[in-house]
Amino acid sequence: MRRSVTVRVVGPMQWIVYPALIAIAATVALATPVELFGLNLPEPILPMVLAFAWPLIRPSIVAPAVLLGLGLFLDVFWFAPLGMWALCLLAVYGAVLLSRVFLAGQEVRVLFVWYAACTAMAFFIAYAVIGLRTGTAPSLLALLGQIVPTLILFPLANIMIERFDDGDVRFR
Amino acid sequence: MSAGGVPSIPNPLMEGAPVAFRDGPFENLKVPLAWTAAAVVIVAIVLSVLLLLGDRREAATADSYGPTRAAVDTVTGPVGGVLAAPVRWAGAASDFVGGYFFAVSENRRLRRELAELQPWRDQAIALKNVNARYEAMLGIRTEPPVAMITARSISESRGPFVNARLLDVGSGKGVRVGNPVINEHGLVGRVTGTSARISRLVLLTDVASRTPVLVDRTDARAILTGDGSGNPRLEFVRGNNSVQAGDRILTSGDGGGYPRGVPIGVAAKGIDGSWRVKLFSDRGAIDYVRVMLFQDFGQLADVAALSPPPLTGLAAAPAPTAEQAAAIADAGARRDAAAAQRAATANAPVTTPTPTRPAPARPAAAPTATPPRPAPTPAEPAAQPGGEG
Repeated sequence: MRRSVTVRVVGPMQWIVYPALIAIAATVALATPVELFGLNLPEPILPMVLAFAWPLIRPSIVAPAVLLGLGLFLDVFWFAPLGMWALCLLAVYGAVLLSRVFLAGQEVRVLFVWYAACTAMAFFIAYAVIGLRTGTAPSLLALLGQIVPTLILFPLANIMIERFDDGDVRFR
Repeated sequence: MSAGGVPSIPNPLMEGAPVAFRDGPFENLKVPLAWTAAAVVIVAIVLSVLLLLGDRREAATADSYGPTRAAVDTVTGPVGGVLAAPVRWAGAASDFVGGYFFAVSENRRLRRELAELQPWRDQAIALKNVNARYEAMLGIRTEPPVAMITARSISESRGPFVNARLLDVGSGKGVRVGNPVINEHGLVGRVTGTSARISRLVLLTDVASRTPVLVDRTDARAILTGDGSGNPRLEFVRGNNSVQAGDRILTSGDGGGYPRGVPIGVAAKGIDGSWRVKLFSDRGAIDYVRVMLFQDFGQLADVAALSPPPLTGLAAAPAPTAEQAAAIADAGARRDAAAAQRAATANAPVTTPTPTRPAPARPAAAPTATPPRPAPTPAEPAAQPGGEG
């Protein structure tokens, strides 16, 4: 007698669509105007986690397209110049895609260093875009106030990589 | 087919497998998925750059906001309102409990403040009376009172690149792009986009915000420039030593974007040595605000009417009445008669080059009957005024 075996399917819905929807929901929730003792809620760039983790999990055609949509959502929702965050996130995705051969199987500390470097690159692009468009350099203290919460999100990226990376040697 | 003769079964779960063109002439062509992903990334980056180049966010006009942003605001605004409601209830509960426990101390503080403010109130009433009489005597045209509507902040964007909020009132209640927004302490920002029920407020701290201001003590002008930090910079300050720490900064009204005299904050020296402004609006939470339905000069003036094409007025002139047409025809007939008379005079034989007087009412032969006047010549110094001295 054959026993039925439950096969758990891990498709794009699991590692691309659901995380993207969670990122959108969390971004909307963190935009709630809460002020407690003079402090506001943090405002990290949540899709940065996805832009870093997705190319390390596996290359995909869908992921960059979804990342473009996420970036445009951030631009419209935050009233940023249309295309700015999409450009930053795709630059991170492209950089990690190019370096995934070297990053696969590395320690968590190495991944964090690369995540920090990619985050710095994305914020540099955003800083340059805003500086060129407005003629005013944004405050560096305010910049740190958004970079640090984004860096703190690295454990989420690491969890995603460990959860969904299938270790397929063909993509190394 | 695999090497052992067993047909290979394509596994749809292996998304990372190379892309194969299964039908057509490219059947055996397989492209690594990393390459196709890289191609999609490049296309998406190009699309982002094009969108970035075409965006006109800083224009802050009704056209530049766009239907996409308005649609997203319309959808996310109510969600933000739902999320902000518990926060507001918690704040109200905290205020209630705090008011209950600190009622005595607050009562003492309010009595003390009331005693301090009563002389100021009397003085303000007297000054208001005197000021109104001065304005009447000098014929000053003061600004009319500005209508306002109350709104609630339901979502906010922070960070170095954007400082904006969504308000739960829109064009349906008369809010327009450019309307200033204040709270109970001072100026907060300006509306830069509206939909029917939601409007977008850009704060003074936004990196794209520019506000013409004046220093209350010296009347010196400056531009308040946001940079994403909590304290915007004072730039282009006119005059030497025109700003001191603690000076009150108000809107100047220059350019017509804001009414004059709205309080903004006090000047302070920043750690980078530049003049900055501590905003009054930061003294409390920016939850409830008031939108001033103030229209700037740019909204009032019709740009097309200010610079019409040449001679537009002639084409737009109304048709003449019968009386005006008769007068125009009569004037034309008189002009023609005078021209004919001048032509006849020019053709008539003249004995001397003496200029003749124009006499249009007389017949054409009359000028020939007048005696010729001697023409003044330089040889007659007595005829020159003041020539005898």
